[in-house]
Amino acid sequence: MNSQGEVIWTDDPPFAQNAKQAVHNSQLRRNVRNATATIRQRRAGLVAETPDWQELRHAGAAIKDDVLHHLDDYLTQFERNATANGAHVHWANHADEANQIVTALVKQTGQTEVIKVKSMATQEIGLVDALAQDGITAHETDLAELIIQLSHDKPSHIVVPALHRNRAEIREIFAKHMPDAPQDLTDDPHELAEAARLHLRRLFLKTKTAISGANFAIAETGGLLVAESEGNGRMCLTLPDTLISVVGIEKLIPTFRDLEVFLQLLPRSSTGERMNPYNSIWTGVTENDGPQQVHIVLLDNGRTNALKDTTGRQALRCIRCAACLNVCPVYERTGGHAYGATYPGPIGAILTPLLVGVEHAPQLPFASSLCGACYEVCPVEIDIPTVLVKLRHDAVKAKPHRAEDATFAAAASAMSGRRRWTAALKAAKAMRFIRQAAPPPLNRWTRTRDLPAPPAEPFREWWRKR
Amino acid sequence: MRVALFATCLIDALFPDAGKATVQILERLGQRVEFPLEQTCCGQMHANSGYFEPTLVKRYVDTFEGYDAIVAPSASCVGAIHHQHAMIASAADDEALATRARQTADKTYELSQFLTDVLDTDDVGAYFPHRVTYHPTCHSLRMLHVGDRPQRLLKNVKGIDLVELPRNDECCGFGGTFSIKNPDVSAAMLADKMEAVIETNAEVLCAGDRSCLMHVGGGLDRIRAGIRTLHLAEILASTDREAAR
Repeated sequence: MNSQGEVIWTDDPPFAQNAKQAVHNSQLRRNVRNATATIRQRRAGLVAETPDWQELRHAGAAIKDDVLHHLDDYLTQFERNATANGAHVHWANHADEANQIVTALVKQTGQTEVIKVKSMATQEIGLVDALAQDGITAHETDLAELIIQLSHDKPSHIVVPALHRNRAEIREIFAKHMPDAPQDLTDDPHELAEAARLHLRRLFLKTKTAISGANFAIAETGGLLVAESEGNGRMCLTLPDTLISVVGIEKLIPTFRDLEVFLQLLPRSSTGERMNPYNSIWTGVTENDGPQQVHIVLLDNGRTNALKDTTGRQALRCIRCAACLNVCPVYERTGGHAYGATYPGPIGAILTPLLVGVEHAPQLPFASSLCGACYEVCPVEIDIPTVLVKLRHDAVKAKPHRAEDATFAAAASAMSGRRRWTAALKAAKAMRFIRQAAPPPLNRWTRTRDLPAPPAEPFREWWRKR
Repeated sequence: MRVALFATCLIDALFPDAGKATVQILERLGQRVEFPLEQTCCGQMHANSGYFEPTLVKRYVDTFEGYDAIVAPSASCVGAIHHQHAMIASAADDEALATRARQTADKTYELSQFLTDVLDTDDVGAYFPHRVTYHPTCHSLRMLHVGDRPQRLLKNVKGIDLVELPRNDECCGFGGTFSIKNPDVSAAMLADKMEAVIETNAEVLCAGDRSCLMHVGGGLDRIRAGIRTLHLAEILASTDREAAR
């Protein structure tokens, strides 16, 4: 693990090579296609019935932009209000620091086991592994995260991290890895859910410390909000004595009232629901009600780097709904693991390089056909295609690629004047010899596609003769 | 109105029939079209591969800024002119060029936009007695928002048997150099697009971008599917006297 934690799993995630494996995995293809198609259709239906959807998107983007422009003010306001309400606020520059803070806080409680609410920030910093190194076992309690944890797998989606698994595979994982699973477990979804429920209930009742993230941090009140579907998050947020929340600094919203916008945008975009089944909000400590020790770790881990990029900073508006994953034709065919990073899909292809530096993830901005479906559904109007193109430019500048640089320079030169271009057009005739088997790198085209037959004459020849 | 044709580098080099067809439609509708020979490429392939070429932006602006309207038979190239030219000029700290690029972009139209919005027609007097399915390319749909303009034009073609393409808002997997850099994902997307095209039992696949058609057509040719690809302009130019082949 590096100082960014698990934002990327290896330096320079080799997307093209990973994708080559993934597209041949028929089970994965089917699972991802079925899952994304279901959520996609539900979302589309709900957006169609919301007449002010575009206004909501504008409002969501505007609120987040205000936060990003005045981040220092909102952060100190949040710290002040959270502290006044009895929470302890900690600041972490990077993953290592956040992990050290959380580990020390858990050690103070004297506990060696903690329960976890599903959280991208804790995935991003690799918290579970960091705690394990200090002898602390963290149990994931989100059903999908539990499936991932039991099978020593990695999440492949931001909202539904086990969507690459179907119920037959989940039955097998439970039977093999969940010690208290019933002997005669079938792949009936109700039975699987019941087995997980009983397993988790035992953990909820005995564990004294919980760790969460947050969907929103409200500057005006110092409160945090977690939105979820199962209620397992609420168990973790209310039953234990100590609650530690790791929150990215971009999660802020100015006022409680701003939730009006986001609690309409988020459930429709993420799970295709009109509202989240569970919205839990807590503001510091409430006497004799819920955790009496409340800690909040505010996490940078590359976010201020992203903020420096005037085009890329809009990625920090992201509310982790994953609508862009569910409509992405690339993600649909590769799943999330191919991206080699905590945040997959279109948002991951921009957020990851923005957080860790494009030189550490230079392939990711190219993992897109720029079809624009992501931008169209984004509830906070992140222009992902434009940021992708900008990051491609940064990637090209960051590291020379001699052959490719030379090819594009030669093309630009051929296009730099009428004479040169006319001469270049003549060369197109040679294409007829390589239509089905071109030399590298064009063979990557001709392995699956023919090249067109070159015309008798280019357009401009016809024009000159008429 | 002085109208110029921006043929695009791809059509100039490899698909002259789409360029000829564009000229034929515009002339049939009473427009005098010019083709300034200084034109080359809008620079989209470079930009989308990470190479910003302000010289290509400058060439486009120098060549076309004197015209009242510039028509290009490509949503993708027009999209790049609208959404990338000023950005590329600004990235090179050339704000004067960025301003000129914005002004020239404002006068640049994709073919179906020019026909329906500027010439105010959705019937260009075409005749094409074949079963056709139309693929709305990503950039026409989501970058230029041409909406149903191409379908309106196609519906008025006499003799046409226009069938809807299933899952037609999905990308074909071309994406310029994406098809080379990520050939396996690109091919997987193409496979699904070809399946949808074949499902329609169409004889012709039509689109407003020759680049996407080169991709899907290349895949259909490889499997000897017996389905040909024609640019929207070629179908709209086709008449009972001079049919598109």
